[in-house]
Amino acid sequence: MRRTPSFLVLAAAVAALATGSAVAASGKTLIFCSEGSPAGFDPARYTTGTDFDASAETVFNRLTEFVRGETAIRPGLAEKWAVTPDGLNYTFTLRRGVKFHTTPYFKPTREFNADDVVFTFQRLIDKNHPFNKAAPAQYPYVTDMGMDTNIAAVEKVDPYTVRFKLKAVDAAFLQNLAMSFSSIQSAEYASQLLKSNKAGLINTQPIGTGPFVFKSYQKDAVIRFDANSDYWNKKELLLDKLIFAITPDASVRYQKLQKGECHVMTYPRPADLKAMQANPKLQVPQQAGFNLGWVSYNTKRKPFDKVEVRQALDMAIDKKAIIQAVYAGAGQLATNPMPPTQWSYNKSLKDAPYDVNKAKALLKKAGVENLSFTLWAMPVQRPYNPNAKLMAEMIQADWAKIGVNAKIVTYEWGEYIKRAKAGEDDTMLIGWSGDNGDPDNWLGVNLGCSAVGGNNYAQWCYKEFDDLIVKARALSSQAERTKLYEQAQVIFKREVPFTPIAHSTVYMPMSKQVLGYKISPLALHSFYGVRLK
Amino acid sequence: MIQFLLKRLGVVIPTFLGITVLAFALIHVIPGDPVLVMLGERNIDPTYYREAMHRLGLDLPLWQQYLHYLGNLLQGDLGTSIKTNIPVLQEFLALFPATLELSLAAMGFALVFGLAAGIVAAVKRGTVVDHTVMGAALTGYSMPIFWWGLILIMVVSVHLGLTPVSGRIDIEYDIAPITGLMLIDTLISGEPGAFVSALEHLILPAIVLGTIPLAVIARMTRSAMLEVLREDYIRTARAKGLSRSRVILKHALRNALMPVVTVIGLQVGTMLAGAVLTETIFSWPGIGKWLIDAIGARDYPVVQGGILLIASMIILVNLLVDLLYGVINPRIRHAR
Repeated sequence: MRRTPSFLVLAAAVAALATGSAVAASGKTLIFCSEGSPAGFDPARYTTGTDFDASAETVFNRLTEFVRGETAIRPGLAEKWAVTPDGLNYTFTLRRGVKFHTTPYFKPTREFNADDVVFTFQRLIDKNHPFNKAAPAQYPYVTDMGMDTNIAAVEKVDPYTVRFKLKAVDAAFLQNLAMSFSSIQSAEYASQLLKSNKAGLINTQPIGTGPFVFKSYQKDAVIRFDANSDYWNKKELLLDKLIFAITPDASVRYQKLQKGECHVMTYPRPADLKAMQANPKLQVPQQAGFNLGWVSYNTKRKPFDKVEVRQALDMAIDKKAIIQAVYAGAGQLATNPMPPTQWSYNKSLKDAPYDVNKAKALLKKAGVENLSFTLWAMPVQRPYNPNAKLMAEMIQADWAKIGVNAKIVTYEWGEYIKRAKAGEDDTMLIGWSGDNGDPDNWLGVNLGCSAVGGNNYAQWCYKEFDDLIVKARALSSQAERTKLYEQAQVIFKREVPFTPIAHSTVYMPMSKQVLGYKISPLALHSFYGVRLK
Repeated sequence: MIQFLLKRLGVVIPTFLGITVLAFALIHVIPGDPVLVMLGERNIDPTYYREAMHRLGLDLPLWQQYLHYLGNLLQGDLGTSIKTNIPVLQEFLALFPATLELSLAAMGFALVFGLAAGIVAAVKRGTVVDHTVMGAALTGYSMPIFWWGLILIMVVSVHLGLTPVSGRIDIEYDIAPITGLMLIDTLISGEPGAFVSALEHLILPAIVLGTIPLAVIARMTRSAMLEVLREDYIRTARAKGLSRSRVILKHALRNALMPVVTVIGLQVGTMLAGAVLTETIFSWPGIGKWLIDAIGARDYPVVQGGILLIASMIILVNLLVDLLYGVINPRIRHAR
């Protein structure tokens, strides 16, 4: 065959390139293979980890912050705080000498002070705030945590003191201030944007006080940050540059990690874990996920209003088999309505043993025969449930063994949630990932009477249980709250409004060059305090 | 020629209107809305939900929403992304050059190798070479893009270390987008090594995206060539004593190109569909991934605007192909 010149040119080009290969950037530049593009850089507007990692965890600080790798909080931009005995007034003493980032689009003329805190929260709670008029936006998480309705006032006492007045006691208030949406914005920058009629830029050109300064963003490709040379907490700043290499496919992230094109990757495929653990260049730290997947029973519908029926269905599920098949072993069997890393977790509770005969007997006792109903399976993969369809099929088979016929149903994700909240299901798969490390974020949000019609998918309003969590919410002593939550979990276990299935394990594959990385129970990815060997 | 062009443009306007109706209707038929999708399991306050839907204009009856959309469209406004608050056209223009660069490279690869394979198979008809080439083309045509991409990454990038795994350029280069075409921008930037890096990153995605068009072009070239090679004028050319390559490349190929050009036009649609997967595998920041994400997030303006822009391009390319016929085959030009 006679080759055309084009062949030769291409062949030569390929050969010439054969020697080249990509190299991870040198020096103290950490490359993070992240899973997706953030929608923007104003953390208050969003609800997902992908958005928070790129903004709240890099560019911003908050008054209180989560201790790295924990759900406990530590001082952030507030050095200390005091709470009045009635739990309604919080006074924060602000850190001095904190500088906002200097970038080509903003040069601060003053340091961080009370005006910035007041601006940040006024914008979030006051719909008529001038900034909201100029750049209309919704703050879903603020609403979800009840902050917009519960904060009565945010006042500047002096340039370094701020007071929050609450309408009702909120034991999780300090935790909520550590959440991404509470990131402190610069009032001076906001005013500059307002004056130049460019308020919308707050979402694309962020200015914060955090460890990294935003440099550039190319959608679906890369986000670049430089270390903040003026950072107030220098001992935690051990990198020169931080780069997010946006890589949506998990297999490709792994190939990039293997080849040294990135140092850390998120969300590996369970099937790749063995090979990763065997790779001498990689480390794969892991942690029980701060999440829970469960099967919910609609207690407002017959026959799920009968506790015996719920108990029977609960004990007929072979959870161990599900963890092997659905979570590929990367899950922990769940017993309580919260993960074991959540304070107030009741360690004394045990699952009802898997027992087909006893389950049949319980159904008989309840007077239920030839039971037939729907089991809803989510159409999407979630952190707490990697394969809802498979899980539903396994539960369907388990229930068939006790003579129960479950028909699997699914809807588009938004529709699924909408219908489930309206109580249209019989039984359904769902779950939760913890937001702020407070027990109320599990028991109150998913099982409280006030959450019926919302996240209380079991539509379960049980006075004895609800009294305990309402009481606990109003207390500030962690020890006293723990006692009440432990009791509440005992009631939950007896009444079985839902069957906890598993907490998925979180794996963070990374190069052995990376030192000091801590997995966040809250599914955030932070790189302050991290260094490269 | 002008009459022909006018005729074609007369068809284009109703086609556009049809596309706007279809794009609008299809995305609105899918259940769910952007606010619900964004909130997921989060609790939703009915007042908050109503306000959010009102702010986005999604509380109006569908026909009113469509008329608003059409009205804005006539003023050249494709709308603003619900998710990012950035105008759709601005997002499209930022991402489109990446898809264009990838598609051009893939088409180049498919043309060079597809034509060559087709010619060789036709000339060596019935031999082992013909069977091998056509077998390979059939395999290429049936190859699932996702699988093919991952296999190439594993073998060529990770195992052999010949090319980078994904992205458009080594992360150490921070090239400011001027044209958006990385090969050109790297040349303009003058940063040493940047152009080679961009070229290295383009190889695997172009091969993956170009594989199916390559197979189609190869098969089409072969059958067109076989037909032409049987013609009397080829025999005459040979009898005149012309060299074999001159007969094949000048006399046969030019006449065989007609159906091939048609196929190339049709492949533009296939390419854009393939770009969705290729861009996901190779973390290539183009419009394919952008559109898929928008469908997932029910970002209506992006889906509608994106579909309209892509459809316009396909229409434009096919119009160009029609015009190309005339250039390639003077008989058609004169007939018009």
